[in-house]
Order: sequence, then C-alpha cells, then structure tokens
Amino acid sequence: MTNFNTRQITKNLPATTGLKAGSTLQGRYLIVGVLGIGGMGAVYEARDLHFPNVTKLVALKEMINMAPDPQLRQIIIKTFEREANLLATLNHPAIPKIYDLFNEVDRSYLVMERINGKDLETMLNETKGFLQEETVIDWSIQLCDVLTYLHSHKPEPIVFRDMKPSNVMLDSHGIRLIDFGIAKGFQAGQKGTMIGTEGYSPPEQYRGEASPPGDIYALGATLHHLLTKKDPRLEAPFSFTERPLRKLNPAISTEFESIINKSLSYNPHDRFLSTDSMKQALVASKTKSAQPAAAATPALPPPPLPITTPVKREGGTTTMIKHTAPKADEAGKVSPLWVFKCEDEIRNQPLPVGKKIYVGVYDNNLYALTRDEGKFIWKFAAAGGFAASPVSDGTSIYIGSEDSKFYAINTESGKPSWTYQTNGSIRCTARVASQGVIFVGSDDAHLHALSTQGGKLIWRFEAQGPIRSRPAILEKEGRTVFGCESGEVYCVDFSGTVKWRFKSKRAITSSPAVTETLVIVGGVDANVYGLEANSGWAVWRQRTQKSIVSSPVLTEKAAIIGSADNHVYAFDIRSGRVLWRYETGDQVASNPVVAKSGVYFGSVDGHIYCLDVTNGKLRWKFKTDGPVISSPSVLDDVVYVGSADHNLYALPA
Amino acid sequence: MFEFLKRLFTRTPPPTQPLAPESLATAQLSTAPLSFRTVGASALQVAHAQSVGRVRDHNEDSLLAITCSFEGVNRIPSFGLYIVTDGMGGHNMGEKASSVAARSIAHDIVKNIYFSLLSENNDGDDRPPLQEIMVNAMVGANQSVTKAVGEGGTTGTVAMVFNDQLIIGHVGDSRAYIIASSGLEQLTRDHSLVRRLQELGQITEAEAAVHPQRNVLYRAIGQGDGLEVDTQTLQLSPGMKVLLCSDGLWGLVGDSQMLDIINSSSTLQIACDRLVEAANIAGGPDNITAILIEYNL
Repeated sequence: MTNFNTRQITKNLPATTGLKAGSTLQGRYLIVGVLGIGGMGAVYEARDLHFPNVTKLVALKEMINMAPDPQLRQIIIKTFEREANLLATLNHPAIPKIYDLFNEVDRSYLVMERINGKDLETMLNETKGFLQEETVIDWSIQLCDVLTYLHSHKPEPIVFRDMKPSNVMLDSHGIRLIDFGIAKGFQAGQKGTMIGTEGYSPPEQYRGEASPPGDIYALGATLHHLLTKKDPRLEAPFSFTERPLRKLNPAISTEFESIINKSLSYNPHDRFLSTDSMKQALVASKTKSAQPAAAATPALPPPPLPITTPVKREGGTTTMIKHTAPKADEAGKVSPLWVFKCEDEIRNQPLPVGKKIYVGVYDNNLYALTRDEGKFIWKFAAAGGFAASPVSDGTSIYIGSEDSKFYAINTESGKPSWTYQTNGSIRCTARVASQGVIFVGSDDAHLHALSTQGGKLIWRFEAQGPIRSRPAILEKEGRTVFGCESGEVYCVDFSGTVKWRFKSKRAITSSPAVTETLVIVGGVDANVYGLEANSGWAVWRQRTQKSIVSSPVLTEKAAIIGSADNHVYAFDIRSGRVLWRYETGDQVASNPVVAKSGVYFGSVDGHIYCLDVTNGKLRWKFKTDGPVISSPSVLDDVVYVGSADHNLYALPA
Repeated sequence: MFEFLKRLFTRTPPPTQPLAPESLATAQLSTAPLSFRTVGASALQVAHAQSVGRVRDHNEDSLLAITCSFEGVNRIPSFGLYIVTDGMGGHNMGEKASSVAARSIAHDIVKNIYFSLLSENNDGDDRPPLQEIMVNAMVGANQSVTKAVGEGGTTGTVAMVFNDQLIIGHVGDSRAYIIASSGLEQLTRDHSLVRRLQELGQITEAEAAVHPQRNVLYRAIGQGDGLEVDTQTLQLSPGMKVLLCSDGLWGLVGDSQMLDIINSSSTLQIACDRLVEAANIAGGPDNITAILIEYNL
C-alpha cells in the first residue's frame, strides 16, 4: 500500500496532517507507523489493543472528509459506511478482511487485515528484465477469479474501480486485492481529482460509469504495465495501442497479447463479456504456451516472383530484346517492356530525354538507346567507367568519368563536343545552373563551374575533400549546395563564394534536395539532416541505423531516402518525423524517385520496388539478378533502371 | 500648489474599470507608402499582455519575449524566442515553477543559438539541430523546476523563430495558434485528460469545457524524469501571426472570438489587451497571458 498516483497534477493539493506513531484511536488502535500516503489520507499500521497478549497488527485506512458543506459531509459518511458494510460481508481469500470502521471529527477509518507481502508495482520495479509470462498469467487468472466473485455479487455487482499493480499484493496466500474504490465519495467534486488511477482507468470511467467491463480494462492495463514495464501513468491516457506489447517484450506469446489487447478495447462491448470468459482465455493460452513448438506457425513462403523473359543475345555487346507482352500488372506482378544488356554493372541513373535514353555503364561506355524499344543508337567510350549519371541541357549530354575527364557529348552523333580535365575521378553527377553554367564536383576536392559553351572554367571552389554529392540549386538566392567526403555541406553562391558550411562527422555522399527554405541531405553518419537554407543551421536530424549514401527525393510533405539499414524512409520535411518506412532485404543506396503517387527505388537485395508514396505500402517489386544501386528514372509511365546484373530495364510504372 | 504636491506624492489608484481599447491606442500609424524603399525592418513584431484575472489573488503565469535583429555585412538570421508558462501547485509553487521554467528554457536556447551566431568564428561545427536545442532546453527546465520547486509543475509553450522557420516546443495545456489568411489554427495538442478523452470521442467539446477534471494534465514540466516534449517546425510566410496563450485565455474566449479580436485590432498590442480583457469579461477565473508575434520578411 505504498504507491499512489503522484503523476496526477492538480492545481489544488489537499493538505494532510498525519497521525503520530504512539497515538491511539478509539482507545483500541495504537498507531505503529505509516504504510503509505494517498490522496485522501494515510494508511497506517496499527496494533489492536483488544488482544493484549499477542501483537495483532491491522491496517488503518484513513479518509479525510474535505467537503465544505456539513450536509454533504454527512452524505459522504453515510455512503462510505454503507459500502464498508458491504465489503465486510465479502468472503474471498483474495479480499482482505474488514474488521471495523469508525469516524473521528473530519475523518473516517477502515480497519482491515494487515497484509504481509509486496505489491506488484514494487515487485516489478525490483525485477531485472521482464517478469515471466507464466507468472503473470497465473496472477491474472487469480485476479479474474476475485473479480468474478465481486462482479457476481447479488443484488448488485461490486466494481473494484481501481485495478493497478500497486493495488494488488502478493503474500503467502497468493494475490490479495487492496484499496477498494469505496472511498470515491471523499473525492467527488474535488477539483483536479478523479476516481481510479489515470493510466489504468477505462475511458468510460471518466463519464462517471463504473461497471464490470471497466475492471476488465484496468486489469488489461495492469497486465500491459507488468509485461512491458511501461508505466501507463507516464504515457498519454488510452494509448496502449501505440505501445504494442510484443514490440516492447517479444517474449510474450501472441495468445496472451491478444487477450490483453481485447481487454483494452475502448468500447466496453469489444472487451471480454466477463472476467470469467477472460479467465477461460487465459487458461487456454497457458496450455498453448506450454507447448511452444506446436504454437509456432511456419511463415508463408514468399509469393512467386515474376519471371523475366530470358535475354536473347544477337551477337556483340549491345544486344536488346523486345518484350511484346507489356503491362502484365495483375496481382502486383511486373514484366519488363524491354531489357538492354551491357558488359558491366550499371551504377547510376539512366537519363530519358525525348525519344532517347542515355545510360553510363562501368564498361566505360555511355549508351544512347531508343526509349520505346531499347534499341541501340550510339555509344561513347571514355577511358574509365561511369559512376556518375548523365545530365542534359537539351543540346548536349554531360557526364564525368573515372578517367577524371568531364565530357559534353552531342546527342545526335554521340561525339564529345568538348572535354574538361580535373585532377581526380568524377563520381559526381553534374548540375546545369540556369545561365549556361554547369557545376560538377571531382575527387580532386573542387567544385568546378564550367561554361556549357566550350567547357571553359569559370571558377573553382576548393573543398576539404572529394565531392561526389550532386550540387543542388537554391534558385531564389542564386546559390548551390553540395556535400563533401570530408563531412561538410557547402553553400556557395554563383560567384564561387562560400555562404555557409555545415559539418557532420562523416562523409556527405548523398546529394541534397532543396525546398525554398530547407536543404535535406543524408550522411554516412546515418543521419538525415534538414538544414535551414539561409544559414545552414540544422533544424532537425533523424538517425537511421546505418550509413546513408542515397539521395532524398521530396514530395510536398515528405523527404524519402534509402539507408544501409535496408529501409527506405519517408520523413516529414518540416520536422523530420518518420512518416513511414519500408524494409527491403538489403541496403538501399539507390536514390528514390517519385512519379504517379508511387516511389521507385532499387535495393542491394536485387529488387526494384514501387511503393505507395503516401503510406509506404508495396505496390510491386521486380527481381533482377544483381544488386540494384542504380537509381530509377520515370518518364511517361515507364521506369528505367539499371542493375549490377549488367541490364537496363524498362518497366511499366 | 497643494493640488500639485498632492499629485506628485500620492499614488493614483489603479482604474477599477477595464480600460476601453481606444484608451490604450497610441496615435494611429500612417499607412501612407514611404518615399524610399527601406531595408532592415524587423522581421518580427511582438506584443504581449497579462492579467491575474478576477478571482485569483496571485499570478502563476510567466511570459518571456526576446526578439533579435542584425543587419549588416554577414547578416545574422533573425531570431525570436517567446515563452508562456502556467504554473501549478500550492504554496506559491506554481508561480515559482513557471518562472524557473521560462528562464531556464530561454537561457539554454539563447546560449546555444544566439551566442553561437554572434561569435566571430561562426562556423557550422558542433551545432545541434534547432529542434534538439528546443527539446533539450525543455528537458533542462524540467530538471531545474524539479530541483528548485519540488512539488510544483508548469506548462511550457515555446515558439522560436529562426529566419522563416517556426519551431514550437510544447508540454501541458498552454497553447500556440497560427493565424494566417485561412483563419486561426491550433498548433499544439493539450496534454490534458479531457483533451485525450475528446480525441478518443469519449466526450464532446462542450462536455470538455465544463468537465470537472479539465485542469488535470498528464504531462507537465517539473514532474519527474523522462519528460516527453512535443516539437514541430513550420515555415512562416509574410503576414502570418502566432499566438501563445495560457488556458486563462483560451478556456474563456472561443477561437472565433480570438480571431475576430486579432483581425479587428489595428496593432498587435491592442489585440493582446483586448484578448486579455475578453477573458476578464468572461469571468477571469484564472491568470491570463497572451503573446502575439507577426512575421514579415
């Protein structure tokens, strides 16, 4: 009887003055000490002096009558006496005996059996880790028994009203129920007080309803607390569904979980019809959990994956197949419209423009294909592979290579119109700024600003490390923002002057995405950052489990990004709150793209995924024969994406 | 002569009638366009008002308002910090709790943000995100209040403006509203039992307004470890206003009346005074606090 609800904050706390040890009440009860302090008064340990030759200890529950009106005080006392008398007639091993009751001035006292044991809250606090499921089931069966006894009382059921761990004691007899809610009269009308204990009480109790289903709810809340160690008084009321049992304590059986969930239903009719039927369910779950092997149902085999048409090779290296049965989209299955086979891995994002699609491959070739059928048009060979993606300004295709060169390639001929030499591999996808200027980062630790007419260097910005993150453009201010392998995010104006610098602890390989006022970017330090665009000060950061090299894509509300922790996340742009996440079988390095209210990306698990952008639910997935690091492009309802299996796929979006 | 001395040495009794809004207004500002385009106008205009109310004999609310501007080479982001706290607990615990919390929150945030912006070597290293600074400041206040006030507790609703980012930190049942062309929108969620019941559809708004347990909070500053702080970030656009207030205002004056008062007042100060007055006219059973902030580029 030690724990009382102290979390309930009220604007008027009653002042109580306690009895001193050594004082005697009614010439019979010698106060020995205080067992606990409650909202209405104290509970004392007292010695009953009517038994002079033995030490008979009793519990003395004190209730201070705080009603200001003498008539109301009388009513309260009468109600208390009536209910105490009722309790005195009860006879159940789990209910402590009532010996006596009396009034003194403004206080009423109940003399009860002194229970020698511990309450469940204390036991829970003293337990390292979680309580055993079997133990808790045993307790709950006993609790159902005593509640059934109370609820079947004639002519009226008795409602306990205040089930919680601290009101259940365990002694040598088993479960003992203490602190019946009979004192409710002492609290009614008191500003800022309530019957029952916040966190455990059912919703309907706040409307003044006290009925057996309410005790079932509070029992469910008590069990939830005992099993999860999450004190409901510290959480928002009625928020149990936000704290799923097995998520907090996976050792709990699904049967026991569903019993507790049922008892915690908002609507009293959705709970167990009686504590007796709850007991039956508990007994059944106990027998089930005793045979764990039989209880486990084998996971369903995954649905069969769509079969892709084998690639027919027509000699040489640049062969294509045409698939004549497109849009086989029943039951979420997807078949490619066409597949194009290259000689090495595709690691970047293909670029569909007009009737062509361009893709840079690690076999040193940049290919131009027809977009409708994937037919080879031309290829351009560099001295190194392509890790960066091609970009276009309508007249040329721009791309950097592992060979340190940056190329402008004529879209018709496939011949370079100019090249620009940097001092390191180029893994950064370039960005065309509006005024005939193109920005590209290099492993030589510079951002190069080049004229699109002839590739003349306009300025270079020196960073602390290699730049592989694609520059983004802040239109309003005329600035560019990009990450750096040494951990910085730089904001540089169009004349090459740094405006701000943000520093993270690990590399920023991810390319920033921008709104008018925020810069969103992922870090190898596993964080996603939302930076204020004018100052570079982080407004928020959200941690994923592993490093991030994927670049975010923005919708009106969300920033969607992949992580090496196998998930794709959607974060609220403004606050960084997780809106949803989706787990794949391996790392997600691919940059998600959004089209047609879907989000498309690849995973190292070999699949290309399409999720619903609003909730992250899977629409379809398509299996390739290698990790998909490549980022998709979507144009005219077709998804173009490469794989480490050397193929470029065109899939119906 | 005697009358003159009497006036000098006698304290005029405070007016017993509430002031008419007109008597509070200073000369009308000219709305004529300026001849030259000026820059450097403060992005933030602020007004506030407070009243003990008509029933209570002491004030358990605290308010704090800081507005910082800097124009010049290497412009510093405009910054504002606005706090309303409403204390609870007997024996003057409430007023102590609300005051300790407001000061503690402001101290942390100003130190971590504005001192850093003012420092010479102002670079991007070791700067926690603004939202985390907000949460940490409120968790820090939780410890300060627990240590300094013991039994007392307080609500805390904090608005921080950083350029056009509005970051709200919130615990308890004081409120933040945003007022845009679309009307008045409550940003914060009351951490009160009745609001929770309302959210679950157990009681109606009308029932909540008169519920005997309507002042029971399930979350407050200064009530033990593990404080959970609600934060959110919004983007301000020119002309938007933010209202922070204690339940002494919103519990008495409905949303539509508050919006009417704000929209029909010629200055923010008049709006604040009239809001507080409206709560007093409605009975003023609790302390009343209001802060109004207007954002303009």
